[in-house]
Amino acid sequence: MMQLFVFICAGLMILVGAVGVITRSHPVHAALSLILTLFGVAVLYIAQDAQFLAAVQVVVYAGAIVVLFLFVIMLLGVDKIEDLQIEPFPLQRKMAAVVGGGVIGLIAFAAISSRDNIGVVKPPQSAAVAAVGAVDHDSNIRSLARDLFSDHVLAFELTSVLLVIAVVGTVLLARRAPRTPETPAESPS
Amino acid sequence: MIAAAMIAAARPTSTWYLVLAAVLFGIGTVGVLVRRNPLIMLMCVELMLNAVNLSFVALSKKLDDTGGQTTVFFVMVVAAAEVVVGLGIIVAILRRRPSATADDLAELKG
Repeated sequence: MMQLFVFICAGLMILVGAVGVITRSHPVHAALSLILTLFGVAVLYIAQDAQFLAAVQVVVYAGAIVVLFLFVIMLLGVDKIEDLQIEPFPLQRKMAAVVGGGVIGLIAFAAISSRDNIGVVKPPQSAAVAAVGAVDHDSNIRSLARDLFSDHVLAFELTSVLLVIAVVGTVLLARRAPRTPETPAESPS
Repeated sequence: MIAAAMIAAARPTSTWYLVLAAVLFGIGTVGVLVRRNPLIMLMCVELMLNAVNLSFVALSKKLDDTGGQTTVFFVMVVAAAEVVVGLGIIVAILRRRPSATADDLAELKG
């Protein structure tokens, strides 16, 4: 019962936030709706015994990425209300709705129709173990670390390369062109 | 009465999580297709990534395999890098034209 309650509440948070992202005309409101969705996903991670990922979700997504969005919105001063009535080409909304509905329908149909074919369902935990609380709460982080640093250690190292490339590339992209009057191509004549 | 008991006894299985992730992915898709502000489009890409992460975690729980959670970790790292690069591009574009939408990029055609 409790799990059902948590699922429904977190699911409502996710869906309300997601609909808010695509319907709010103000970019700051959309970013705040995105935070709501990300917190809902973090709650569902905890409900599925992925505590480490929930922490990373809150810290990295809600803490860093959304702040980055808000920072760019405020830095560029693009926090203007967008006119949502403009449709760049006719039938765009309807075609987007058809595509979105098709995607939802296909994935949901695949998930429901294959629900008995995926893996094996673990036997439910006995009530005595759950009541005593004998569950090892560190097991998630421990197994994740063992998997990350043994089987996927090369990929883990490569992510550092990826992050360095992303940071250097962004610095090159976003910095203003240096004003060097010595070069003839830059000088206005 | 029986229906109420069934609802009370219902536990969210991984299929519920997968369907929820599908709905979230569809909403993100519609957002990318409909919105014209490049910042909002990037946020909708984040929604789609989160939907995929949610289904990874659901299947990781169902299959009792930590590999799914490891994948989610890498997806998060790549998502962070993607947001940094995407916002860098958006900053470079919007600095030149403060009210640019995704449609205005058609001017890049020769």
